[in-house]
Amino acid sequence: MAFFEGENMTGGYGNGPDIINSCSVKVDRGEIVSILGPNGAGKSTAMKAMLGLLNLKSGAIKIGGKDITKLSPQDRVKEGISFVPQTKNVFAGMTVEENLEMGAFLVLDDYRSIIDEIYSLFPILREKRNQLVGELSGGQRQQVALGRALMIRPSVLMLDEPTAGVSPIVMDELFDHIVKVKRTNVAILMVEQNAKQALNISDRGYVLVTGENRYSGTGQELLNNPEVRKSFLGG
Amino acid sequence: MDFLNAIILLLNYIFIPALTYGSQLALGAIFVTLIYGILRFANFATGDMMSFGTMIAILFTWYFQSLGISLGVLPTALLAIPFAVICMILYMLVIDKFVFKYYRFNKSPPVMLAMVSIGVMFVTQAVVRIIIGPDDRRFFDGERFLIKAGEFKEMTGLNEGLALKSTQVMTIFITVVLVSILFWFLNKTKTGKSMKAYSDNEDLALLSGIDPKRIVLITWIIAGILATIGGVLYGLDKSFKPFTYFNNMLPIFAAAIVGGIGNPFGAFLGGYVIAFSEIFLTYAYKKFFMYVLPASMEPESLVQLLSTDYKFAVSFSILVLVLLYRPSGIFKGKEL
Repeated sequence: MAFFEGENMTGGYGNGPDIINSCSVKVDRGEIVSILGPNGAGKSTAMKAMLGLLNLKSGAIKIGGKDITKLSPQDRVKEGISFVPQTKNVFAGMTVEENLEMGAFLVLDDYRSIIDEIYSLFPILREKRNQLVGELSGGQRQQVALGRALMIRPSVLMLDEPTAGVSPIVMDELFDHIVKVKRTNVAILMVEQNAKQALNISDRGYVLVTGENRYSGTGQELLNNPEVRKSFLGG
Repeated sequence: MDFLNAIILLLNYIFIPALTYGSQLALGAIFVTLIYGILRFANFATGDMMSFGTMIAILFTWYFQSLGISLGVLPTALLAIPFAVICMILYMLVIDKFVFKYYRFNKSPPVMLAMVSIGVMFVTQAVVRIIIGPDDRRFFDGERFLIKAGEFKEMTGLNEGLALKSTQVMTIFITVVLVSILFWFLNKTKTGKSMKAYSDNEDLALLSGIDPKRIVLITWIIAGILATIGGVLYGLDKSFKPFTYFNNMLPIFAAAIVGGIGNPFGAFLGGYVIAFSEIFLTYAYKKFFMYVLPASMEPESLVQLLSTDYKFAVSFSILVLVLLYRPSGIFKGKEL
């Protein structure tokens, strides 16, 4: 049994149609798992279901063996699940340091040492600590977003398209950072458009099509699977 | 000597009154901007909420006076403020629970909440008129002047007197203290920062574990304090008339928008921008020019740019100009 898992999740937004159909995603600590698939396959929806942002008709979400299917997103944060949304993932009108402090809102004891850890993970943030996040570059903002999510010392980190809209060089840099985070024994689940690069750093991957699991396997397996290559990786 | 007289004249008729009026507007404008930034709607009930708070303070003042309690040289109303603030906060929380909460919960668009606030405005207006009536009331007691014009003239030997009303000093002093505490709270405390975060990015604030119910509660508490104190200070300085409070909403909104809506510090400065512009443009400068110009050039007219009846036109024009050329306000707030 994996550390964090969504089993046979079925559901959609509000009273709309089901977007995911008995979709299963599992991730262990110290592992990066990517969810891939064409547009509209329900990748982000599967992730949001695991975060508690939509009501599931059936299926279960478990963390460390504990069933959290009925918990609200805020309560899941308390269970150690952190989420970095695709857009609007920073407090643009606040400084870098204030962003990190807000990430630690639920941490009751001293969080100075956690901020220092984040600064050693992302050195550029220490340099820009008193600058407004709205004035930073795209790549730096993504680092702030990651840093904010890491402030609760999460056991699971979920990333919704962390490299959307950044240049290829910055993308490589961000993936490096994600690998660094993984080494701190965090379970990382991410949805990615840049499938090839994402699979390169992933331990495992899931390919979703119309809300169902189509292929799954290790990163290398999926990269070498001719069908996956043909349909999603551009040959 | 004439030059000194001219300065005293400006101080007496422009600078001190504008600073006082600006402080009163600033408190209202911070109230508008906080509600807009955190609860995300333009609260048209602002003026009438201020009049509600003032009304409660007047009722308490009368009660204290009937008991023979007074603060000596200071107005009894100061003693009534804490009680009025509590009642005001309770009133706001009741309104929030029964009116605004429903629309917030359903994530109604801001314009719908603004319309709802107009409903709250009418109800509040009616409540105030039923309880205390529409008349003009003065509830000031204690010492009116710190420096009387006559005394000043005797002291300095100048032609122009400088009158300093105790309400003016009180208004400026209380505003400075209150606003300093508020900014310290918003910028330095964890709760204050979480309010800023909630205003900046609501979804992310929720994902960070910030409790929206608590933020809303604290916002109404601060709003209640600002509305009551702003209203009472205005009422002490001038007089309490529900209709005037309703009218003051235009300069208050203008101040909030000029300062960049959602930005409390901008709203604070915006209050003074509006107050000074209103008074600069409606003051009759004849006497000033009599002092500074040689007798041969003495102006014949009043040298008044606008009649005081048009003072609302000033805030309205500033509002239009700012919306046309700097929609995010002079001090950068949210885009409208």
